[in-house]
Parts: sequence; structure tokens; C-alpha cells
Amino acid sequence: MKILLTGAKIIDPAQKIDADMDVLLENGKIVKIGSDLLKSVKSKDSEKVKIIELAGMVLTPGLIDMHTHLREPGFEYKETVASGAAAAVAGGFTSIACMPNTSPINDNRSITEFIRRKAAEADLANVYPIGAISKNSEGSQLTEFWDLKDAGVVALSDDGKPVMDAALMRRAMEYAFSLELPIISHCEDINLSGGGLMNEGYYSTILGLGGIPSIAEEAMVARDILIAEFTKTCVHIAHVSTEGSVRLVREAKKRGLRVTAETAPHYFTLTDEYLQGYDTNLKVNPPLRSTQDVAAIKEGLADGTLDVIACDHAPHGRTDKELEFEYADNGISGLETSLALSLNLIKEEVLSWPELIAKMSPNPARILNLSKGTLQVGADADITVIDPQLKWTVDVKTFRSRGKNSPFHGRKMQGKAILTIVGGEIKYVLPSLKV
Amino acid sequence: MKLEKKDILGMKDLTVEEINLILETAESFLEISTREIKKVPTLRGKTIINLFYEASTRTRTSFEIAGKRLSADTVNISASTSSVIKGETLIDTARNLEAMNPDVIVIRHSAAGAPHLLASLVKQSIINAGDGAHEHPTQALLDMMTIKEKKGKISGLKVAIVGDITHSRVARSNIYGLSKMGAQVFLAGPATMLPRNIEQMGVKVYNKLEDAIVGADVVMMLRIQLERQKQNIFPSLREYSQHYCLNRSNIKRAKKDVIVMHPGPINRGVEISPDIADDPSYSVILDQVNKGVAVRMALLYLLTGGNE
Repeated sequence: MKILLTGAKIIDPAQKIDADMDVLLENGKIVKIGSDLLKSVKSKDSEKVKIIELAGMVLTPGLIDMHTHLREPGFEYKETVASGAAAAVAGGFTSIACMPNTSPINDNRSITEFIRRKAAEADLANVYPIGAISKNSEGSQLTEFWDLKDAGVVALSDDGKPVMDAALMRRAMEYAFSLELPIISHCEDINLSGGGLMNEGYYSTILGLGGIPSIAEEAMVARDILIAEFTKTCVHIAHVSTEGSVRLVREAKKRGLRVTAETAPHYFTLTDEYLQGYDTNLKVNPPLRSTQDVAAIKEGLADGTLDVIACDHAPHGRTDKELEFEYADNGISGLETSLALSLNLIKEEVLSWPELIAKMSPNPARILNLSKGTLQVGADADITVIDPQLKWTVDVKTFRSRGKNSPFHGRKMQGKAILTIVGGEIKYVLPSLKV
Repeated sequence: MKLEKKDILGMKDLTVEEINLILETAESFLEISTREIKKVPTLRGKTIINLFYEASTRTRTSFEIAGKRLSADTVNISASTSSVIKGETLIDTARNLEAMNPDVIVIRHSAAGAPHLLASLVKQSIINAGDGAHEHPTQALLDMMTIKEKKGKISGLKVAIVGDITHSRVARSNIYGLSKMGAQVFLAGPATMLPRNIEQMGVKVYNKLEDAIVGADVVMMLRIQLERQKQNIFPSLREYSQHYCLNRSNIKRAKKDVIVMHPGPINRGVEISPDIADDPSYSVILDQVNKGVAVRMALLYLLTGGNE
């Protein structure tokens, strides 16, 4: 089937397009992009083409979230591959990468294949598994990177269980580099963060909650940069949350090292000050930091130090969150709020439209070696259409995700994905939109 | 005047007027404990649940006696936090207790914020009897009552708090309470026992005991928890006591009429030398315990609308 998307403003950073244009899709690919395709389509074969009017909308290459947790196998009550993929397309994401901390851990081919099969059955977003660096993510023995790659993993990470052994991290980075597999590092020195529940600072002091110092993150960012430099390999730093980490990555880039980094919407939206009510939906790792860190994250986004916005989607069940702060699980269910929170960066003039879309589509595609993130003719027809004016209020009851753990519940937002197309097929459409 | 609060969760939330009301009410209750028949019918028919998730002798007994002297029915529940993690959640426990219609639930919990969670769930009044390293408001109130009795005032006094501030809910509650009442608070401890940015609470911070207690009207010594040694916040009790134990010699730097306080239980010879702890011209430690009952009686009375 053919689809013509007409009347929208097209933002395609890969082709440096920022203009009103039409896009024609056929057989899962983008076949034409240009001004006024409507006339020629109408004259030729209007009956066989589905025409979607998108005046006032912004059309971008399908958004990619390279840091999610889909919980299956093992924690299906928190999220399944299918419910996570449904949340993804509802949030405007056509592709997501999922971390290996399932149960069992995705440290071998059979788990990777299982996740991919579940994703194919769901047939919503593209789901790219990330394999574990070490067996059972225990930090002692490497997994079979080659086999994992053959099975379909796009990156390796022991996310949530940081690789404390520097020698193991060195070997992982070397071996993965030779296979062109990126290593994604969850930077946390667990001796420094041990027992911590929130950012160490004035608010942890008055709340009597154990502090996680910023240096727990920064010490490992520095270590991984040093390893990447010494071994002439690359590393991707996950969920950057501190001013010091931004500075370290900025300096590394300046010296030409192959270091990339991401941050999550909560790190540029919320601070540790919000924790004063002990709301467990604000418990996240790394923790929410200070206003100074939030300002530094925005600077890092603006100057290109931070390449990617990824939401670290971490869905949990009520039983994991309706607890004393100390016992509650870390994480925010983020896929359905990530885009709107990121659009705030445009309103605040931190980023332009093309800069924001770059961090949510072509940049993650490049880091994960996916041939995605562009609207070039011949590319996969993965497309996100955003209504930048749409005002809405976050209501976790409407989440497609099983994880209703959002600190943004009740927050007023502006801007939302209204149409998500994956491989030329409409996978999400805003219920009020007639298509 | 009436206490317009459902719960007592921390000194952070109390106004000067509320603190004064509680202290004055407590003062009027002191006398009951000296009677031959130590009981008044004020809270007859009221039910108070003491829900203790953390071991406590002094505080739990104090709440129980306070309730009983006012003729309330008191029920004690002791639960270990480990069984809580595996078994019934605090939320379910709260709902079950609520269904039994008590009037006040007193909670002690090792997790900071647990009383706040409870208070958000049930309609009954909650009193925080200590939550993690966060707050211990009834301790601060009894400390302030003791200071007020001994010194005639709180405003303008210099109070030094010495020891492991990082892990002390007593310190936090006293910093809030004493500062609100116009006292100056000085802290002393090695850097490993001083939480980050504590000076933003409006206190002066020293590393040496000798520096913090100069000219002090009150010196409050905190209990050292032996198990903290594993976290390397101090190398040994021997070294700690050599530098942070209040004794005959260093106490001379404080005012002549300084009073010495301790929330208990004391490690004799670690925080305070035995001769200071037992010297009634300095030590008011047992006065604190005595005031504890009166303060808790006052809170139970005020929260159950006893003064309506």
C-alpha cells in the first residue's frame, strides 16, 4: 500500500531538511520526498494511495530510544516486549533497544532470539536487544559477543550492574570493538554509591536518605574514557546525570576520542529537591541531581557533548513502588512522556528542532549501527508525526506500558506524537485523529 | 489554642507557636507522673497503637506509659523490618490497623519517610517515633523541654551537638527545633560523620569537639553505633573516644553551668566519661527521660483533640 503524508513540516537532520514537504511511502520504504507530491499522486493513482493531511504537524524520521527495559522474560508483570513496544509507538518511537537485565539475563543467543520473536509477534516497534557484557551480568566472565551479535544484539551492556572490574571492561571494549559492537556503560562505582538512595547533597542530608555522590558516576566515566583512549576503541556512556560527567565527555570529545553519551528527560527536567515527599516514583538510578547538574546537562545537550536523549524506560509494578522509599525499585516508566519532555528543550531554546530530532533518531541509529534515522529515498519507512501544539495531561491510566510508575502523572504537557509509522505501516494513531 | 495538625512527622513541619503549645502542655502534664495514682481519665476510650519496626526500649516504653497515664488503651506491635520486606507491606499493615479504628498510630521505622507514607494512607494521627536518619521529633521536643526547664529559655543559647550527625535523626530534629526557637546550633564530628551541605541548615560546623563546645550552654552527645565502624566512618572506638569523649578536662571550655545531654543509650567512656554522665551538676540525661513521658502525653492529648 502507498501512503502519502502531505502538508507537514519535515525535519530530517541527516539530509539537513527543515521545510514543508510531502513524503510518499510504498512497500515499507520511503519512495519519494519533495514539494507538492499531492498533485502528481492525485492525477495518477489516487485510489491506491492513502493520503494523510498533516498541516501544522512536524514529520521526522522515526524516533529511536536506545535505552529501555522491557522486563521479558522474567518480570512480565512489569512489562512485556509487546506492552513495551506498544508504549514505544504511542510515545512516537519506531525503534527501541532493550537492556539485558531480564530474568534470565540476556547473556546468550536463546534469550536474544526469544526477545526478537516476541517483538516480531507484537509487530509494533522495531525492538533491538542489547546483550550482557558479562555472564549473568556478574562482572567476571565475558559473554559470547560474536554469538550474541549473530543472534541480533546491537550493543552490549551490564546496565544496572556496572562493570566494576576495569580489566574486564578493557577486554570487553577491545573485543566488542573488533566486532563493531558498541559498549554501553552504566557508570557507577558501587563502592562509592553503596547504600545510597538519592543524590548526595543538601536534600539527602535533610531527608536522612543515604547519598549517592556524583563522583560515583564520574569516576567510572573517567575510567571508561581512559580505557577507550588507551585501547583506541569506543564507548557509549549511558544516562549521564552530573555536571562532572558532562565535563569529562566534553573534554574527551575535544581530544578526538570516540566517546558518545546520552541523558534522559528526567535529568534535564527534575532535581533532587522534588524528593521531599519521599515519592518513590522519583527514585531512579542514577538519582535526580541538583539544579546545577540540570543546567550542565542542558549545556551538554546544546553544545553536542550529549549525543542522545534516551528515556531509560524502567517500568515497575505497584508492588515494586508502593513501599518505603528505601525498599522501592529504581526507575521511571518513560516511553510515553519522553518526547513531550524533550520538546520543552525547544521551547526553552536549548535545542532547535533539527538538533532535538538528531538526538532522538539519527544519532542513536549511528551509535547502534542501525540503517535508520533518515527520510532518505530508499530508507525504511519509519516515521513519527508530532503535533507540536497539542496540549495534554499525563495520565498513567492511559499508558500502554504496564509500568504506571511516572513522576509526571498529572503534569501538563505540550506536544505529542500523533502518528507512528513503522516499516510503512501505521502502528499508532492518536485516537482523536481520523486517518 | 489548638494543634491544627493531623500528624507529628518532624520538627521541620512545626511552627514556633506549635512547639510552644506542645511544651506548655507537656509542662502541665509533668505533675501527673509525680502523683501517687499516676493516671487521669483524659484519653479514656482512645486507642493508641505503638508500631515499632525497630528495636527500642526507651521510646516505646515512654509512649506506652504516656498513653496509660492518660487512660488510653495502648497496643504495642513489634515487627522486624526484614519480615516486612518479605511479608506484608507497610501499606497493607496500615490499612489493617486503620480498619481497627485506633486514634493514634506511633511508628518507628528504620526507613526514612515511612511515617510520611503511613500518614498519607490512613485517617488516624501519626506520630513519628524515629524514622531512619531523618527525624525523631519527640526526642527533640523532650530535649527542648529539658533545656527550657534548666535554662529558663531556649532563645539565645549556644547548643553543641557532637558525634555522628550523618546517621542521627536526633541531630536533625534538634537542629530544626532549636534553630526555630532561637538557639544557635554548633556541630562537631570528623568529616565522615558530617553530612554534605549540613551548614545549609543554619548551623556552624567544626571537626574538633574542643572548638564546638567553647562557651556552650548545652552539650548534646550522640550515640556512636558500633556497626558504623564497618563503613569506615571512624577507625576505632579507641580513637573516637580519645577525641570525641566529653570529659572533666574538655568540658571546661563550655560555660560553667553547661548541661550535658544524651539521647541514650550511652556508651560509657565513649561519648561521655562516666564521671560526667553521673555528675548531677552537668548531666541532665535522666531529666530528659522524665520529660519524654510528659511530651508524649502532650502530643497524644493534643492530637486526639483533648483540648477541644
